[in-house]
Amino acid sequence: MSATGIGAPVRRKEDHRFITGQGRYTDDINRPGQAHAYFLRSPHAHATLKKIDTMAAAAMPGVLGIFTGDDLAADKVGGLICGWMIHNKDGSPMRAGPHPALAQGKVRYVGDHVAVVVAETLAQARDAAEAIVVDYGVLPAVVDTATAAKAKTQVHAEAPDNTVFNWHLGDRAATDAAFKAAKHVTKLDIVNNRLVPNPMEPRAAVGDYDQGEGAFTLYTTSQNPHVARLVLSAFIGIAPENKLRVIAPDVGGGFGSKIFIYAEETVCVWVAKKVGRPVKWTSDRTEAFLSDAHGRDHVTHAELAMDADGKMLAMRVHTTANLGAYLSTFSSSVPTYLYAPLLSGQYDIPAIYCEVDAVYTNTAPVDAYRGAGRPEATFVVERLVEVAARQLGKDPAKFRTQNFIKKFPHQTPVIMMYDTGNYGASLKKAMEIIDYKGFPKRRRDSARSGKLRGIGFSAYIEACGIAPSAAVGSLGAGVGLWESAEVRVNPIGTIEVLTGSHSHGQGHETTFAQLVSDRLGVPLENVSIVHGDTDKVQMGMGTYGSRSGAVGMSAIFKAIDKVIAKGKKVAAYVLEADEADIDFKDGNFSVKGTDRTLDFGSCALQAYVAHKFNGQDLEPGLKEGAFYDPTNFTFPAGVHICELEIDPDTGVTRIERWAAVDDFGNVINPMIVEGQVHGGIAQGVGQALLEGARYNADGQLVTASFMDYCMPRADDLPSFEVGMTVTPCPSNPLGIKGCGEAGAIASPPAVINAITDALGHEDIAMPATPQAVWRAAQKTLSRMAAE
Amino acid sequence: MYAFTYHRPATARQAASLLAKKEDAKLLAGGHTLLPTMKQRLASPGALVDLSSCADLKGIARKGRNLVIGAMTTHAEVAASPEVQEAIPALAYLASHIGDPHVRHRGTIGGSVANNDPAADYPAALLALGATVVTNKRKLPAEEFFSGLYETALEEDEIIVKVSFPVASKAGYAKFRNPASRYALVGVFVAKRGSEIAVAIIGAGEGGVFRWPEAEAALKGRFAAKSLDGLKHTAKGINGDIHADAEYRAHLIGVMAKQAVAQATGKA
Repeated sequence: MSATGIGAPVRRKEDHRFITGQGRYTDDINRPGQAHAYFLRSPHAHATLKKIDTMAAAAMPGVLGIFTGDDLAADKVGGLICGWMIHNKDGSPMRAGPHPALAQGKVRYVGDHVAVVVAETLAQARDAAEAIVVDYGVLPAVVDTATAAKAKTQVHAEAPDNTVFNWHLGDRAATDAAFKAAKHVTKLDIVNNRLVPNPMEPRAAVGDYDQGEGAFTLYTTSQNPHVARLVLSAFIGIAPENKLRVIAPDVGGGFGSKIFIYAEETVCVWVAKKVGRPVKWTSDRTEAFLSDAHGRDHVTHAELAMDADGKMLAMRVHTTANLGAYLSTFSSSVPTYLYAPLLSGQYDIPAIYCEVDAVYTNTAPVDAYRGAGRPEATFVVERLVEVAARQLGKDPAKFRTQNFIKKFPHQTPVIMMYDTGNYGASLKKAMEIIDYKGFPKRRRDSARSGKLRGIGFSAYIEACGIAPSAAVGSLGAGVGLWESAEVRVNPIGTIEVLTGSHSHGQGHETTFAQLVSDRLGVPLENVSIVHGDTDKVQMGMGTYGSRSGAVGMSAIFKAIDKVIAKGKKVAAYVLEADEADIDFKDGNFSVKGTDRTLDFGSCALQAYVAHKFNGQDLEPGLKEGAFYDPTNFTFPAGVHICELEIDPDTGVTRIERWAAVDDFGNVINPMIVEGQVHGGIAQGVGQALLEGARYNADGQLVTASFMDYCMPRADDLPSFEVGMTVTPCPSNPLGIKGCGEAGAIASPPAVINAITDALGHEDIAMPATPQAVWRAAQKTLSRMAAE
Repeated sequence: MYAFTYHRPATARQAASLLAKKEDAKLLAGGHTLLPTMKQRLASPGALVDLSSCADLKGIARKGRNLVIGAMTTHAEVAASPEVQEAIPALAYLASHIGDPHVRHRGTIGGSVANNDPAADYPAALLALGATVVTNKRKLPAEEFFSGLYETALEEDEIIVKVSFPVASKAGYAKFRNPASRYALVGVFVAKRGSEIAVAIIGAGEGGVFRWPEAEAALKGRFAAKSLDGLKHTAKGINGDIHADAEYRAHLIGVMAKQAVAQATGKA
């Protein structure tokens, strides 16, 4: 391993720019003549728009234009789309209401877009927005996930019973039969709490229209600018793709929330032409709380059937998923194909049946958030397994080991074909790290000082590397999920790699360069990674679902193969040898069995000067592209163990120790991978202990600021003890599985399993705030007193 | 934010005159409540009178049996002051735990006291220590100064000049932070001056800072955390929100009171 190659903990190349304030985010971009957009948002969760009077507002200083849903309709601008078709149990398509970028006739959540004001300054736009008079016909709000389908009020006329779909997966008859034959059944009701993503950089957009060229440019905070261009062009109809450039410059975190195509960027690019000026919008934090797509929000009943020995026989799950007021771009896939196929966890479960009812409510749209469906599935599986072990009186580690899948490949009853893994190895290592044997003593020590100590396991699996295009197409995806790369070698041997992946915190500029440095034997600093601009990178599918390593880097790998193959042809001419006798190693082409060599840089120069070969026999230049379509999902898996202590007097939960052992397959940069694990755990701990978006009965978001929505802070977390096991992924050339979401997927059940272990009962929901834990601990204390 | 005129007087006297003259004027101390409120367009003063250059409003001094702190003294200055640490260490401790470093280097004692946020820390110290708020017009004992949620006895054109704290023989402060905002969900300041014992509570009262007579009586016997064993504050009159309902807050009053006494008696 070289100091900068695959496996080296290289410091991130991009960090110098970020930590010295030299990053260039969307809000840093200012176009000549730029005007500012302000969105007038609905203060009501549900109301008809009887009249929008913009007369007085339009006459205010600096106002360039005020536009509403009527203007969108007049211009025939299409609505925002949901890109994944889900079918009901009876085979009929899901029922979706329209999703205009500016409300038409009705507003459906607090923060919904009523009008946009474009003015010379943001303050002027805001002043004018306050002067718009809207006559709302306020309607009752549908807020509660579990009861939305029974509500008298309809969010969309197109979706009776506020139901988007009733979907299912698995073999119902086989599952029911297994339950009938079971000796023991564990049942659990679970709420997966609603989260607000809160990336550090809020969303932003600058729309620009070049009248001469008749072409638009959109700068936007996107995890996938090419998909944004595709949707804005093909579905919303802003402009043909060749007349629409989308640039996603530095992006300060996304966690899924910047995958989607939102109203604001659609409107910014559209109004830029209407007012004849570049138009900027930057979300403030309150707008982010109200209008970024939220995450999770499931209500689930789950059951696990076992035989007399504790062997798992079947699982039955019913989930109601809240999709909010409109279907966001990938919302329908999250509680379906990103969720139910993971319900087998790491376990050999012969039969699984899952039903999912998706509902509309008068709340912000809900879509993918770090993990997207897989944290929800893992929470169901790992809570159910933990409770089953307790009910059977079995040690939770032994119970898991008994039911682990041990032979690969393994076909689960819910679509997935697990390719490889060694779950027992991760469990064993995690137990060693946490000193599981020493736990009873630590628990007694805690008890002596009046504290309740608990330990909780989470043996998670996820599906990454999304995904084989034909497979997702057959499941309803509107796009293929391959990735593209282009490796451009310059005449002096420096390299630009163009990738369809997008880095917004993942460190691609470093890891991708490490791959190139390693394979082509060139110094790391000679490699630049180019991404996030549809004029530079021809096409790509973006970054989410922990796919950039497994899919994005595999595309680069393939393009590098082609570069090496071409380089061999060039070297054969230069070294006057047969192409078959040329080897390439450590940056040098050489002739087998001789000392004749040509270094990579010289080969590049020879490729461009083309003096040593005939241009008719071999094309000059050294530039190769590749599209990589994965053959399977990848299956990162591992075991996290959380040990914590509860102060029953205050309800404060202190995480004392955390062991995380993950199998991500091969690792390019272990430092960056560890960072991803740390960040993921922090977000998962946030979900388990701190974060919870809450709407009141009127549909007002009562946690719409950091005063009331609690983000995890460094002092909420312990020092993580991170270990790795490695079973290389067989389905991609690098053996990579993906690491971006694992921490967020693994950690919530580890925390809640530890809390319930400490409490001695299961009566606690996420977030387990001090108040909730205090109340639950009183139940524990009164039981202890009674014994 | 709406437009406003900005004034930066050099003395408290100039500030008072601007406050009286300018229409709809507001005093700007640390600005940690006023400026966010203005940014959200929930407040729109016509004029801001920034007190940050009024040297006569700053400083900490021991004057006989009193510790006197200028209204524009920051929390960080109070926390780091040897005079405060020597005279009333619990007050330095309290100041060192307000908000975060940014807040502590901008926020001031005068601003905190004048705003009388029910979750702010200082009001508990003033009430428990029997402090006097000295304005440009008069002297107000703490129990008369704090008159309700975000309400004080201050008149329209009155400016807090300083706060005078009688030095206590024993004092302690403990708070339970709101996990999100990290304001006090419940804060308890206890003080013993001779035979006088005061227990003041912030964060929990429907009407802002208040005293807990039952705890004071229990501590009269023996000033020790143990004296509070079994003593529970009623949930009546205690506020509730999404973070903590009245029952939980009332419980925390008891827990924090014990911690405050333990700190005051050197047993924390």
